[in-house]
Amino acid sequence: MKVAYWPGCVSRGFTSELHGSMAAVAPMLNIELVELDRANCCGAGVIAEHSQELADTLNARTFALAQQEITQGADLMMNICSTCQGAQSECQQRLDASAEYRAQVNETLSDEGLEYQDGIINKNFLWVLVEDIGLDKLKTLVRNPLTDLRVGPFYGCYIVRPTDRLDINRAQPRDEYLDQVIEALGGTVIDYAGSHKCCGFPIITMNKEASLEQAGRHLADAVDAEADCLVTPCPLCHLNLDLQQPMAAKQVKRELNMPVLHLPQLVGLALGLSPEDLGLQHHIVKPTAVIDWSQAVVGGVGGW
Amino acid sequence: MAEFKLKIRRYDPETGAAPYWDEHTVELEPHRSVLEGILQARNEKDGSIGVRCSCRSAICGSCGVRVNGKPGLACHTHLDDALASAGEDGVIEVEPMGNMPIIKDLIVDMDAVHWKKIQRVTPWLIGKEPVPEREYIVSRESMIDVTQSMACIQCGACVSDCLSMEVDPLFVGPAALAKSYRFVGDPRDAAHEQRLKDLGEDKHGIYDCTHCFKCIEACPKGVAPMNQIMRLRRIAGNDFHIKDRNNGERHEAAFVKNIEKNGILHEADLLPDSYGGKFHPRAVPELISSLPIVMTALLRRKMTPAKALLHPHEAPEGVKRIFEVVEGRDQRNEFNLYISGTDADNEGTAEVAELIEAAEPAGVAPDGTEGSSA
Ligand code: SF4
Ligand code: SF4
Ligand code: SF4
Ligand code: SF4
Ligand code: FES
Repeated sequence: MKVAYWPGCVSRGFTSELHGSMAAVAPMLNIELVELDRANCCGAGVIAEHSQELADTLNARTFALAQQEITQGADLMMNICSTCQGAQSECQQRLDASAEYRAQVNETLSDEGLEYQDGIINKNFLWVLVEDIGLDKLKTLVRNPLTDLRVGPFYGCYIVRPTDRLDINRAQPRDEYLDQVIEALGGTVIDYAGSHKCCGFPIITMNKEASLEQAGRHLADAVDAEADCLVTPCPLCHLNLDLQQPMAAKQVKRELNMPVLHLPQLVGLALGLSPEDLGLQHHIVKPTAVIDWSQAVVGGVGGW
Repeated sequence: MAEFKLKIRRYDPETGAAPYWDEHTVELEPHRSVLEGILQARNEKDGSIGVRCSCRSAICGSCGVRVNGKPGLACHTHLDDALASAGEDGVIEVEPMGNMPIIKDLIVDMDAVHWKKIQRVTPWLIGKEPVPEREYIVSRESMIDVTQSMACIQCGACVSDCLSMEVDPLFVGPAALAKSYRFVGDPRDAAHEQRLKDLGEDKHGIYDCTHCFKCIEACPKGVAPMNQIMRLRRIAGNDFHIKDRNNGERHEAAFVKNIEKNGILHEADLLPDSYGGKFHPRAVPELISSLPIVMTALLRRKMTPAKALLHPHEAPEGVKRIFEVVEGRDQRNEFNLYISGTDADNEGTAEVAELIEAAEPAGVAPDGTEGSSA
């Protein structure tokens, strides 16, 4: 399949290993990425906090650019950031609700010759994996099943709430997809208290103690549940859980050492890519447990 | 009639014994409520089960509990729905709400947390002086807007699951902040600025919300407290230029400026700018404290020094134009779904209105009385 691909900003800045691992994994899943390189930041909810119209117009611009790719054969728009998914879905809800409002927004976009038509399909990579590629297909592609790897899913907020806006329901349990993917890749899902809670990132500059306390608690819960690593579909969660982990550990006065993987990295490992190909060496918390595991498996398979 | 298994969390702090689960089977029609299930267990099996309720019709707000881990009203949750969201064993779990001390079993101390916070925000209208001789005239939209926060029945479900409050018990919290918006959004109130200043100067005020959507998901009345908090921030920052103690306003301004300049986020500038610029006195300790992280990031090549210091990206013209147009407006243009509804909703109403009109003989009003000639 072909997707109009919005990588987001953080995945090209502080977590560039995310963008890199997505690029490495996509061809193995037969996904062609058409990068929206002229598109702009989704605003992460912060721009909307300042001005809704500004956020809506900026995202309408990104959607319009994606729709140009969709008319040229892309199946849908895809992102790799929960926060983008949440912030963009929120704007889309307003844009799709009213033709009159959409006309106002399009008026601003018309200077650039762009127009957003309602009803774009914009999905996080996690949703694409389950809904468009399919777990059965994914299973057939696994070369190194994550056997005995204990993985804690970390969903964060923007991709699981609010459920009505994100079309999460019993028929489409998008808030369970990470669990399903871990299982399809052969791993063991770890149940721990923080899986659907907030990593605290949005208040890191506003109330640092509270922010780090959140990250620290979830990581500690995962440690107590004996997870080998966490996996997240959100680079902002990754910032608080990995980049800030040394500070979070200080805040909760515990040793944590919990590796946190981006979703495409976990998929990549199971599809047979090496930890280096997936940029795991760039993480702040060394994913030793994961690498030991992958080398044991690779050794066992006799490939390398 | 059907059988339902209820697992109730029991705890009596006075005895000093640890909390435990207590299972009962009740027999009720599936459309009956979880509250009726609990009451049947209490009336027929164990009179010591502590539960609070009054109206049994989702209006008094006294029966807030967690059903299968999710907060809500026990009287407003059907047994069959609760069964559908139960675990594989088919047992419905009922627990007291979170973030508040337990008095007994399912009864939490609302006074100690919820009501204290509500009182914190001066929950009454401060009228303008001089008092007008006749009624205040206000726009229809502004009143519809505040009805959303007025719909609150003070059940505490949002407080129960607030993720900021979980780590910072001093946080004013969703219900109280929604209540505050009820007055800040009300054109008749005279104290908008003081209210916002007060909540900006409180380190645990409007900028302590982590934007987790839990309160929106929890609320049985569609109050969407988080949305009201974002409105409070918007008004505090844009209309009153309130500098808050958490750097929230500065962070927001820095983020917006960053995107205007770069089109995509340039993180290296964001942190110092959030504290007022690289050379602002408040930025220095912050930057020093985050230095070890930046150093490790550089070492692991998460960031190259060039990326951290230079501007790798210039915003496309189209993005600059959007900022010019939207930020140049005299008045904020805010599309509020709660007030306007969607085209689809409104199409429905227009059709119904047409149908009613077509069905009615001319001159007769919908209530059947003779229409006046006007
Ligand atoms: S919101 Fe964040 S992740 Fe999404 S595009 Fe903007 S900065 Fe990037
Ligand atoms: S956990 Fe934090 S960064 Fe991740 S989605 Fe929620 S708020 Fe965002
Ligand atoms: S969105 Fe804010 S107020 Fe609502 S539950 Fe989360 S942290 Fe609390
Ligand atoms: S805002 Fe909603 S959930 Fe919170 S107390 Fe009011 S009614 Fe209950
Ligand atoms: S008993 Fe009144 S709201 Fe449930």
